[in-house]
Amino acid sequence: MDLTVGPNFFFWEAETIRSFYRDLAATPVARVALGELVCSKRLPFWRDEIPAAIEVLQAAGKEVALTTLALLTLRRERKITADLMDLDLPVEVNDLSALVQIPEGRHFWVGPLVNVYNEGTLRWLIRRGARRICLPPELTLDSVAVLAGAGRDEGVPVEVWGHGRLPLAISARCYHARLHDRAKDSCQFVCGKDPDGRDVDTMDGQQFLTVNGVQTLSQSTASMALKIDDLHSAGVAALRLSPQSRNFDDICIAYASRLARETSGAALAARLRPLVPGGNLSDGFLSGPAGAAWSGERMGKPN
Amino acid sequence: MTAPLPRLPRPLRLAALPLPLPPLSLFLGAVTRRMSKSHPEMIRRLGDYAGHRFLIDPVDLPWLLLLHPANATMTAHRRARPPAHDARIAGSLSAFLAMMHGAEDGDALFFSRDLSVEGDTAAVLALRNAVDDAELDLTEEVAALSGPLAAPLRGLLGGAERATGLTLHRMTRLDDFA
Amino acid sequence: MMELVCPAGTPAALRAAVEAGAHAVYCGFADETNARNFPGLNFTPEDMAEAVAFAHARGAKVLVAINTFPRAGAEPLWHRALANAEAAGADAVILADIGLLAHAAERHPLLRRHLSVQAAAANPDAINLYANAFGVRRVVLPRVLTVQEIAAINREIDVETEVFVFGGLCVMAEGRCSLSSYATGKSPNMNGVCSPASHVAYSEEGGELAARLGGFTIHRTPEGEPAPYPTLCKGCFSSDGQTGHIFEDPVSLDATQLIPELARAGASALKIEGRQRSRAYVAQVVRTFRAAVEAQAAGQPMPENMLARLTEGQKATIGAYAKTWR
Repeated sequence: MDLTVGPNFFFWEAETIRSFYRDLAATPVARVALGELVCSKRLPFWRDEIPAAIEVLQAAGKEVALTTLALLTLRRERKITADLMDLDLPVEVNDLSALVQIPEGRHFWVGPLVNVYNEGTLRWLIRRGARRICLPPELTLDSVAVLAGAGRDEGVPVEVWGHGRLPLAISARCYHARLHDRAKDSCQFVCGKDPDGRDVDTMDGQQFLTVNGVQTLSQSTASMALKIDDLHSAGVAALRLSPQSRNFDDICIAYASRLARETSGAALAARLRPLVPGGNLSDGFLSGPAGAAWSGERMGKPN
Repeated sequence: MTAPLPRLPRPLRLAALPLPLPPLSLFLGAVTRRMSKSHPEMIRRLGDYAGHRFLIDPVDLPWLLLLHPANATMTAHRRARPPAHDARIAGSLSAFLAMMHGAEDGDALFFSRDLSVEGDTAAVLALRNAVDDAELDLTEEVAALSGPLAAPLRGLLGGAERATGLTLHRMTRLDDFA
Repeated sequence: MMELVCPAGTPAALRAAVEAGAHAVYCGFADETNARNFPGLNFTPEDMAEAVAFAHARGAKVLVAINTFPRAGAEPLWHRALANAEAAGADAVILADIGLLAHAAERHPLLRRHLSVQAAAANPDAINLYANAFGVRRVVLPRVLTVQEIAAINREIDVETEVFVFGGLCVMAEGRCSLSSYATGKSPNMNGVCSPASHVAYSEEGGELAARLGGFTIHRTPEGEPAPYPTLCKGCFSSDGQTGHIFEDPVSLDATQLIPELARAGASALKIEGRQRSRAYVAQVVRTFRAAVEAQAAGQPMPENMLARLTEGQKATIGAYAKTWR
C-alpha cells in the first residue's frame, strides 16, 4: 500500500497553494490528484498555480493527475473539463458526465465522488479506460474487499479514503453563500474565509457537519489509522489523504510511517488527533455502526 | 380534508365511561381476531414488527388500548396503569379512525400534531403501512360479529357516523375527499 | 397531455392512484433494491404481477424502481428484481447503477429502461452518456434544476424527461449523498433509506419535542407547532452564532403553477413523490394533478393549491425551479 493525495476541496489563496504543493513534494506520497473539484467560480483565482505544482511534484518523482469538477452543470464547465485533456496527464473523473470528454482508449482515474459500489460498475469503468479507482468513502470493509479483489483481477489498483473530512454531499445550492444570506451567483467568495470549511453543529452543541461552498463534509476527520491491517488484507492498493490547511506534511509522513510498520495504529491516531481541525476522528463507514463512529478509544472533545 | 378533525361529542364520551374493562377487552379481541383473519397480508407486511406491542392512546377516551398483532389481541387498560409496550401512538379517536379508514394521511396527522409517536418509530411506520394497505372497515367488521355487545354497537355505529363526523367505515375511491 | 407518474408504496395505494387518474404508477419490491425500503411498504413479486394486471386493465402503466446501487458480492438480488419486474409485465424499470444498467441492457433488452433521479444526471452530457451506453429512454431530472436549465437540457437530448412536481424535496445531488449513513449507518444508495425511522428518537424536553437521528439533534419544536420528521438535511442547526435551517427548510415541493412552463420546457412527464405516504395522500394528490394536467392540455389555468394539509411543514415551495434557490 502507498499514499495518494486527493484534490484540495477548499478555497485557498494562490500563495498558500504554491507553498502547499512545494512542501508536499518533499513528503513520501506516491501520487497527487489536484485541480478544482468543488466550484468553477474559484478557478480563475488559482489556476496559474497548477503548472508550477505539477512541475514541483513531478520533479520529486510523484505521479500527477488532474481532477474534474464534482458536479458539472454549466455550459462553460464543459470547456474547463475539455481543457484538462490538453496536458498529457491522467484525468480523475469526479463527475461521470466528464467521461464524454475523454476519448475512447485514453486512460483515466475514477475519484471517490463517482458511485462504484459493485463489480459490474467497476468492470464497466475499467473497460471504458479506468486505470485507478478510489472507492466511495461510504463502503463497508466487506464491499471494499470484493472490489479491491475485482480490481486486482483486472490489474487496476483500488484505493480507499484514508484521511480527511468526508465528502458527504454536493449540491447546486451554495451553503456557504446561504449562511451569509447570499446566493451562489453573488457569493463574494465567502468560502475563502474558512480554509477547512465552516462548522455546523446541532442545536444541542454536537459537532456534526462542515460546509464548504456547495459541498457538505463531516466535521470529524475520517482516518483509517486503526484499519491499515484490515485494508491491507482486503487488497487495497493505496490510501487517499485529503488536504487540510495545516499540518498536512506531518500527516503524510505519519501515515507513511504507519504503512512502513514503524508505528502502531493507536500511536498514529494519537498523533493525528491534535493535528486535525476540530480534533475528532472517525472511521465508522468501514465497520459500523455509522460513519461518525470511531473504533478506537474515545478521547478529547465529546462528539 | 381542510376541516378540523371532529372531537368526540359528550354523549358518546360519557357512554364509554362506565364500561368495565374485561368485556371491552373481550369485544376488542374479537374484532381484532376477525380483522387478522380477513387480512392475513397485514400481519405478513408487519414482518418482525408483528411481535411488537403497540399502545394506542385515544386521548379523548378514558382507556388505553394495547395491540399485539402476532397474537391478534387488543386489550383495554386504565390510563393510570399503562402496560409495557414498544411504541405508543397518541391522538384523538377521530384521528385514529380517519387514518385507519384511509380518510386522512398518517403523516399529515403527525405534521399537524393530531397524532404523536413515542418509542419504536420504525414499528409504528410498519403498522401504519400495513393497516393502510389492508383497507380495514370497522363497520364491516362489527357487522359480522355476534355476542351481547354486537347489536347495540351496530346501532351506535349506524347513527354515530352521521352525528359525530367520525370516520367509521373504509373510504373508497369514490368518496369525495373535501 | 403530460404523463402523470404517481407513487405507490402498497398495492392499495397503487389501486388508489390508478383510480384517481394516474397515467403511470411507480413502485418497488420489498427489499433493498429500491430507494424507499421502509418497514411494511412495497410489493412482493406476486403483489407486483397482480398490480400490473390491475393497472393494465385500466390503461395505466407500471414502472418498477430498482434504483439503489447493488452491493458488492450481492448483485444477484438486484438481477432477480429485474427478472421479476419483467416477468410481472412491468412497462419499465427505473435504474441508477451503471453495472445494473449494463446488465439490464444485455440480459433484458426489451425491458424499457428509465434513468432514476438517483443517477444524478444533471446535464445533457450525463444524460446522453446513459442513453448511448445503456439505451435509457427516459431520465428523471434532479430536483435542483431551474426551468431554464430543463429547457436547455431538452434541446440537447433525444430521450424523454420526467420532472418532479409535488412532494418531498431533496436538496443534495441524489444518489451521491452519504449524510444519512454518516449519522445512522443506513444510506439511500446502499440500503434504500434516508434518515431511517429505525434511528429516530422523539423526546419531550422542557416543553419542546426534540427529534433526533442517530443521536444527533435535528429539530426542537415547541408545543403546538407542526412537527417535522427529522430528515437530516431539513434540520435546524447552528453555525458560528447563526441558527436555522442551514441546508433546507422542512417544506416540500408544489410546482402546480409551473406546469405550463415545464411543458413548454419540453418535459414529457410529471412525477409525484411519496411512495412512503398513505393511499389517502395518493388519492388526493393524484386527483388534483390529473385535473391540472388536463387543464394544461386544454390550455386552461392551473387550479389553486388545495393540498396544504399534506405537505411537510404545511408550507410548499417551488424549490429549485426558481433560480434564487441557489
